[in-house]
Amino acid sequence: MRTSPLRDSTPVRLALIILALSVLGLFLVAPLLVVFGEALARGVDAYVAALADPETQFSIRLTVIVAMITVPLDLVIGVSIAWCVAKFDFRGKSLLTTLIDLPFSVSPVIAGLIYVLVFGLHGWLGPILQAHDIHIIFALPGIVLATLFVTFPFIARELIPLMEQQGTEDEEAAVVLGASGWQIFRRVTLPNVKWGLLYGVLLCNARAMGEFGAVSVVSGHIRGRTTTMPLQVEILYDDYNFVAAFAVASVLALLALVTLAVRSVFEWRYARELAAEGRA
Amino acid sequence: MTKSPVIPGFLPTLGVTLFALSLIVLLPIVALFLRASGLDWHQFLAAAFSPRVLAAYRLSFGGALIAAAINSAAGLVVAWVLVRYDFPFRRLIDALVDLPFALPTAVAGIALTALYAPNGLFGEFLLRFGVTVAFTPLGVIVAMIFIGLPFVVRTVQPVLQDLAPEHEEAALSLGANPWQVFHRIILPAILPALVTGFALAFARGLGEYGSVIFIAGNMPFVSEIAPLLIVTKLEQYDYTGAAAIATVMLLVSFALLLIINSAQKWRQIRLSGG
Repeated sequence: MRTSPLRDSTPVRLALIILALSVLGLFLVAPLLVVFGEALARGVDAYVAALADPETQFSIRLTVIVAMITVPLDLVIGVSIAWCVAKFDFRGKSLLTTLIDLPFSVSPVIAGLIYVLVFGLHGWLGPILQAHDIHIIFALPGIVLATLFVTFPFIARELIPLMEQQGTEDEEAAVVLGASGWQIFRRVTLPNVKWGLLYGVLLCNARAMGEFGAVSVVSGHIRGRTTTMPLQVEILYDDYNFVAAFAVASVLALLALVTLAVRSVFEWRYARELAAEGRA
Repeated sequence: MTKSPVIPGFLPTLGVTLFALSLIVLLPIVALFLRASGLDWHQFLAAAFSPRVLAAYRLSFGGALIAAAINSAAGLVVAWVLVRYDFPFRRLIDALVDLPFALPTAVAGIALTALYAPNGLFGEFLLRFGVTVAFTPLGVIVAMIFIGLPFVVRTVQPVLQDLAPEHEEAALSLGANPWQVFHRIILPAILPALVTGFALAFARGLGEYGSVIFIAGNMPFVSEIAPLLIVTKLEQYDYTGAAAIATVMLLVSFALLLIINSAQKWRQIRLSGG
C-alpha cells in the first residue's frame, strides 16, 4: 500500500474493490472451493478410500519421483542462469534472457511434441534408441525431460530481479577479502535471496508435480506405469469417478496453497528485513 | 565486457546455462522445424491450414485475444485495488492472485467444468438466461481468463507501486480531475506493462491445454483448440501433421516474445526519462 495523492471518491473506491473481489471470487476462489467440495461430496471415508486406491498411490509416487529428479536439476540450472545474468554484463544477454523465457510462451503440448520428435519411435534418435532397448518416450525419462522444459525458467525468474537489485558490491568486497566463488555465493549472495529462492523452488516443484499437457503427450497414459497425478485426475474424471478425480486434484490444490502461503511469508519477511535495514 | 570482472563464476554458470538451454529447449525445437521442413510447401499448407485446423486457430487465437483483453481490464482493476486501497484481507487476496501459477491446469480444468456445467453452481444460474458456458467456445474463454489473469496483475502491480506521486500531485494542483489524472498521467506510465501483461496472457491462453480441454467439449470446428489438434494428430501417428501445426503456433509464440521484449525496452526508455 502506498499513499496516493489521488484520493478516489468513496463510491469509486468501493465499486472498484467490489469489482476486483468479484473477479477474483468468481474466477479463482470458486474453482478452488469446488475442488474440495466435490472431493468430500461423499464424505471423508470415500475421500480417503479414493486416495488409497493402488493406481492413485502409484501416481503419487511417480509424481514425487519426477519432482525429485527435476527440481534439483532446475535448481542448479536456475541458480546458474541467475548468477551469469544478474551479476555480469555480456553481449547477447537480452537474447539469452528471451530464450530462457521461451518455455513460458510455448504451448505445453508443443513441449511434449518436440521430445516425441527427437526420441519417439519415428523420431530423430528413435531407431538408435530402439536398437539399444532404451525407452525415453512413454517412460520416466520422457516425463522428466518434458517437465524440465516446462519448469526450466521458474527459479531463474524469481532470482534474477532479487540479485540485480542487490548489486555486486558485496560480492566484490568478498573477492577482495579472499573468498572463493562458492563461499561468496553461500555466505554473501544466498542470505539475501534465500526467501526468493525458496519460493522459486516451491513454485517449480508445484509446476513439476502439476504439469499436464507436456507430460500427457510424452507419457502414453499407461495406467500404473506412466501416469502422474494430473494424468490420474484426467483418467478418473473420464471414468466419471468424480469423487476420486477431485480427491487427487485436492492434494495438488493443497500443494498449490502451501506454495502461495510460503510466498506470503517470504514477502512479509523480506519487507521486514528491508525495514530493519532502513532503521539500522 | 562483463559488468563485474572481479566476481568469479561467469564462465561456469554461462556454460551450464547454455548447455541446459540448448539441450532442453533449443535442440528439440530445431528437431520440430526440421520435421516440418521435410514437407514441401503444398503438403505443409494442407497439414497446417486445413479447414479443421483453421477453425481451431480461429478459436485459439480469438479466444486468447478476448480472454487477454478481459484480463487486461480485470487485471488492471485488481492491481489498482491491491496497490492503492486498504481493505480487510488485502494481503491474503494479494497472495491468492498467483493461484493459477501454482494450481495444476488439469485441476483448474475439472473445477471450472464442475462450476460451469449445466448442472453446476454457475452453469445452472447462467442457463436461466439461456447462456451455456461449458462445452462451448465460451467455456474456452473462461478457462483462458483463469490462467491469464495473474500475468496482467503481476506485470502492472509493480509499475503502479513505483509510480512517483509527484506527477499526480502536480496534475491535481494544476486543476486536473481524477479521470484526467488517470488517463493522462497514470495510464501512459503503465501502458508498457499493460501491453506486456496482455501479450503474456495472450501467449499463455493460445498454448493452454489442460484447463481448456475439460470445459471445451472438444467438438471439431466448434470448440476444438489448436493444441488439442496437435495431440489428436500425434495419437494418429501423424507426426508431420502435428509438427506443421506446432510450427505455426511456435512462430506466433516467437513473435509474441518479440513484442513482450520490445514493450519491456519501451518501459525502460520511459523509466530513464526518454
